[in-house]
Amino acid sequence: MLKQAEGSHAMAETIALCRPEVICAYPITPQTHIVEGLGEMVRNGHLKNCEFINVESEFAALSVAIGASAAGARAYTATASQGLLFMAEAIYNASGLGLPIVMTLGNRAIGAPINIWNDHSDAMSMCDAGWMQLFAETNQEALDLHVQAFRLAEELSMPVMVCVDGFILTHAVERLDIPSQEDVDAFLPTYEPVQVLDPAQPISIGAMVGPDAFMEVRFLQHYKQTLALRLLPEFSAEFKRRFGRDSGGLLRTYRAEDADMLVVAMGSINGTIKDTIDEMRAEGLRIGLVTLVAFRPFPTAELRNLLAGRKHVVVIEKSFAVGMGGQLANNVDLALRNTPAAPQVHSVIAGLGGRPVTRASLQRVFLRAEAQPWEGAHFLDLNEDIIGKELHHVRKVRRSGPTAENLLRRLGEARSAVSP
Amino acid sequence: MFQIRIHGRGGQGVVTATELLSIAAFMEGAHAQAFPSFGSERTGAPVVAFCRIDDKEIRLREPIVEPDALIVQDATLFKVIDVFHGLKPKGYLLVNTNKSFEELHIADRVAKIPPGHAHATNATAIALKHIGRPLPNAVLLGAFAALTGVVHLKSVAEAIRQQFSGKIGEANVAAATEAYEATEPVAV
Repeated sequence: MLKQAEGSHAMAETIALCRPEVICAYPITPQTHIVEGLGEMVRNGHLKNCEFINVESEFAALSVAIGASAAGARAYTATASQGLLFMAEAIYNASGLGLPIVMTLGNRAIGAPINIWNDHSDAMSMCDAGWMQLFAETNQEALDLHVQAFRLAEELSMPVMVCVDGFILTHAVERLDIPSQEDVDAFLPTYEPVQVLDPAQPISIGAMVGPDAFMEVRFLQHYKQTLALRLLPEFSAEFKRRFGRDSGGLLRTYRAEDADMLVVAMGSINGTIKDTIDEMRAEGLRIGLVTLVAFRPFPTAELRNLLAGRKHVVVIEKSFAVGMGGQLANNVDLALRNTPAAPQVHSVIAGLGGRPVTRASLQRVFLRAEAQPWEGAHFLDLNEDIIGKELHHVRKVRRSGPTAENLLRRLGEARSAVSP
Repeated sequence: MFQIRIHGRGGQGVVTATELLSIAAFMEGAHAQAFPSFGSERTGAPVVAFCRIDDKEIRLREPIVEPDALIVQDATLFKVIDVFHGLKPKGYLLVNTNKSFEELHIADRVAKIPPGHAHATNATAIALKHIGRPLPNAVLLGAFAALTGVVHLKSVAEAIRQQFSGKIGEANVAAATEAYEATEPVAV
């Protein structure tokens, strides 16, 4: 049903349609409205056969989900930023044990400095923890990915993180098509666990594994993710047949056929990039886009097929590994490993801590990639003035003080200098 | 695409206003995207929220930098921030105030947009009369419907009723209607 709704509330409604049996979450901005919505639906009886368990922390939230999932329940949780970090140990347990939990991650920066706004640092911090990670471009896709995530998780008995840009999507009110219960039921069969803690047929889950089998357990985890490379496009196609729209899969392209330059990006930034590409195409530039939906499993072969033979690849990402560079750019480089005549890869870091990413800045950086390529990572719209001043200050003064506070003071000085 | 930026202070319902506007546009079959600027959601702090309306899917996710219309729920903001930033040459301005544009020291800036595109409404007084609380957000949407014709009053009223049931909804509808009737539409 079409309605004008907040992303978070529509996600809560759609997750309820997936008939979760146990929901346990701890509120953290910007994920709060999702679990609030679900909590209300459990309380008012709208969401039946579901227990909403209040816990004291994110670590407990995922631990309860692990217990519930091991007992055969369809389990769901949600978090963001520092909340995900607090879950870290349990994150690895959920994937190591092969439990099909679905989690929404309302993507948010990680402190310090504390910042509640959107970037992908949280998802990246756990991208190698064995969970599958799917990134939503729009709120509609965020709804649809949850339905597909439960199907994928349960098919493979592996956990899935649905990554949704905090605020930009979670707090946006838009036209959304909420699926019907009938369609969701037809797409998502009843959960049939591959392992279950049942007093009638006692087993143990979570045994200690020594050097003789640990590698094999890890290999099989990886093997399941390679199966997901096949399943994701299949589920996406089946979803389209039933619901009539493109959502999910491994990746999507936009005006890519004849492009000399391909942009690679994940999440809500893709919409702004598409509008930028239309503007640049109108001026005769052959530029296109690859939107990655699946970051884990990483669609290496599909990406290589698309990128090989192009002149330029610009990877734009909302995360940054200090001392290394962009993780997505690094992964794209990997996809091009040993490719003859590989394109030039340009890495752009954008939108950290909620910095707006505008068409004007994108257009500038796309043009620059061809005209004046750079080494390493380029930080979009970096305020070089306050960085220069801070570096100068640090060189002059031993007790130079806290970086974040120094920068905020310099920003304040710069603002009062321009206003009357 | 028509882009609206609403300025106000925490507690005045700035975010709710963009949501209501997007719902009104949705009811008329348009695509609409409402989103807050996020962050300093403290009572009294300057707050900005945005709404885009188009007849096709809206993909753009950048903040609104060149608005077609500005709604200012608190006129003291003109002294604090550059409210007019990026307003298009043919843009609209709607201000909640009991003062004139001269008294607000914005007459020079208002002269740069076409005659009749700027309008002052004493939305706080209308809100106090109908709702009993100084909440100017829904009132200004009534005036916005009259001034710009981007949405109809009927849709604004329906959006208000959908979000606020019962007495509160009806009081807001009455207030929006009074502001609508007191606002001169711009001759096209």
